[in-house]
Amino acid sequence: MSTIFRVLGRRVSIGKRSFSTSGEAEKLPREGKNLVNLFTAINQALHIALETDPRAYVFGEDVSFGGVFRCTTGLADRFGRDRVFNTPLCEQGIAGFAIGLAAMDNRAIAEIQFADYIYPAFDQIVNEAAKFRYRSGNQFNCGGLTIRSPYGAVGHGGHYHSQSPESFFCHVPGLKVVIPRSPRQAKGLLLASIRDPNPVIFFEPKWLYRLAVEEVPEEDYMLPLSEAEVIRKGSDITLVGWGAQLSILEQACEEAAKEGISCELIDLKTLIPWDKETVEASVKKTGRLIVSHEAPVTGGFGAEISASIIERCFLRLEAPVARICGLDTPFPLVFEPFYMPTKNKILDAIRATVNY
Amino acid sequence: MALLRRLVSSSSSSSSSSALLRPILTSPLSRPFSSDQTLTIETSVPFTGHKIEPPSRSVDTSPAELLSFFRDMSLMRRMEIAADSLYKAKLIRGFCHLYDGQEAAAVGMEAAITKKDSIITAYRDHCTFLARGGTLVEAFAELMGRRNGCSDGKGGSMHFYKKDARFYGGHGIVGAQVPLGCGVAFAHKYLKEGAVTFALYGDGAANQGQLFEALNISALWDLPVILICENNHYGMGTAEWRAAKSPAYYKRGDYVPGLKVDGMDVLAVKQACKFAKEHALANGPIILEMDTYRYHGHSMSDPGSTYRTRDEISGVRQERDPIERVRKLILAHELATASELKDTEKEVRKEVDDAIAQAKESPMPDPSELFTNVYVKGFGVESFGADRKEVKAVLP
Repeated sequence: MSTIFRVLGRRVSIGKRSFSTSGEAEKLPREGKNLVNLFTAINQALHIALETDPRAYVFGEDVSFGGVFRCTTGLADRFGRDRVFNTPLCEQGIAGFAIGLAAMDNRAIAEIQFADYIYPAFDQIVNEAAKFRYRSGNQFNCGGLTIRSPYGAVGHGGHYHSQSPESFFCHVPGLKVVIPRSPRQAKGLLLASIRDPNPVIFFEPKWLYRLAVEEVPEEDYMLPLSEAEVIRKGSDITLVGWGAQLSILEQACEEAAKEGISCELIDLKTLIPWDKETVEASVKKTGRLIVSHEAPVTGGFGAEISASIIERCFLRLEAPVARICGLDTPFPLVFEPFYMPTKNKILDAIRATVNY
Repeated sequence: MALLRRLVSSSSSSSSSSALLRPILTSPLSRPFSSDQTLTIETSVPFTGHKIEPPSRSVDTSPAELLSFFRDMSLMRRMEIAADSLYKAKLIRGFCHLYDGQEAAAVGMEAAITKKDSIITAYRDHCTFLARGGTLVEAFAELMGRRNGCSDGKGGSMHFYKKDARFYGGHGIVGAQVPLGCGVAFAHKYLKEGAVTFALYGDGAANQGQLFEALNISALWDLPVILICENNHYGMGTAEWRAAKSPAYYKRGDYVPGLKVDGMDVLAVKQACKFAKEHALANGPIILEMDTYRYHGHSMSDPGSTYRTRDEISGVRQERDPIERVRKLILAHELATASELKDTEKEVRKEVDDAIAQAKESPMPDPSELFTNVYVKGFGVESFGADRKEVKAVLP
């Protein structure tokens, strides 16, 4: 199933379809197919999660009316304010409360309104959620915890509405970090995350909430966690990414193909525990690797992937692993186009790596 | 029509505080006044105190002060409305949180204090910046992300700063500025400057844990900090009674005294801030709750009408608008004619338009600015280009 992205700003349409800006409609039925955007897919997943488990709860700031990105529309009306409710403005409180709820064997689906605001909750997530099962000798756990948060650049978000904090959480054993690339992936991965018996942080690429439109099955389905997916086969170089960055990588792959470079593109999907085998198998085939993410390059998750792959595939590698990522600055305001790992930067890296 | 003698000095004839009444933007007064004319005006509602005796309802002011209030608030109102249009024209991007309706809080506070006192606030900071002596050009340039903005175009709407006026900004993360404000107050106390810090936050931030941590520390160490809750009754789209068990924010300090103030009455704000400053210097922290209202939504992405009725908004505009209140006072005391006030508004409008035109001419920051001020200059961090060999930049 190909993913279709809309023409807007820096993104170039590679699909056959383009859509009008009436993304106000939550469903965009065309020719009888169930074409749905990201926030609607997530909304469907949440509806199903609450339907299938009477002890599932959705809460966060402003979720009751539907949320600032419409991901929670209709939930409060359908399941009642006892199960879908607003919290005051206190991220640490939301996380702590969610952990407690999960510790009593409930499915606590908490929303942090923007990933940039997750830091007051960092202590609760890292010190309480991640270590609960471990330190209680498996007597208690907060596996029912899922924290959903929109992350990533959105074109004009500036310092505090664009951050990608995934690597902070990847450093914590006991947590899972999952990032979908498209509506169909999001629904399956979110349901899998909610039902996974470990605490999961689910980052949703906010740029794609309206822009990404795809056919999404209406039924309840899950996609496996910790399994990376090869979304484009190639033989010359492997590219790894996640979330919104994949569409940029895909464009770069298309352009590289015109120059005769055959690129293999992998969507990591789950960042920890990540699927080392798939990436390793691909790099053993191609001998070259590029990792790309929006977060700053130093200490970003690309560093972990690079180090692990070099350990495993050192003798097979034809060139150093390249990381095309955000710059080592705070996420800028007017300079966003310079900061971002754009298609051209990736193309440069593909060429340099192939011609090493 | 009263005949008034020329104003000789600009000092307040009444208050014993060290506040100097300087209009924010000097403009020749169109009407001469007597230098010793004091007006005593009652605030709209009495103050309510929590563990403290509230100050008197009678506020001393002067014709010059009232006219300056009118001008300054009109300027702020005009600036915010112009920012609204610029945002819709996509000249301002990102986020833009407008302060119109709440002008009395910024202006009244400024009238009670000096530039040695510090102010720190959240993201609804355009008017506070102006009150602290910022210029319109700096403000608009910053909003449009241009080089001549107060933060060199790198901060944007939420990050206005003015060091020489001790305006510590401008913060995007809700509630994060309050502990900072308490730290600034500690520095004031340590340096024995006789100055106070005003840490402003909203009703949404009032439920953040860090606020209470900061409050405890301030009370423990008797820091000269005044926490001002600008309660506009909605945290984004959530009404205060839905977010707080106790929306009486002036009482939330428990062991810290508090005062509830009509934030739409600039004289009440001035009186309260003056009172609070004296208290804070002598006794430590105090909370002021400003009962105010914002006409716009939370930000430019919020129409502001999905969680409150248009009747409510227009009701407040009719009954409690801060600028209209001052206009009525001026007209009632015959300090100026209605047409003179209209002229002031026209001047203000022109000033704003000129500033916008000037700001538009300012260029965008140089791309090298992407790397400046990440660390202190000269730290010399290297950053590599895509090929990892040839192209590299050393951060300044």
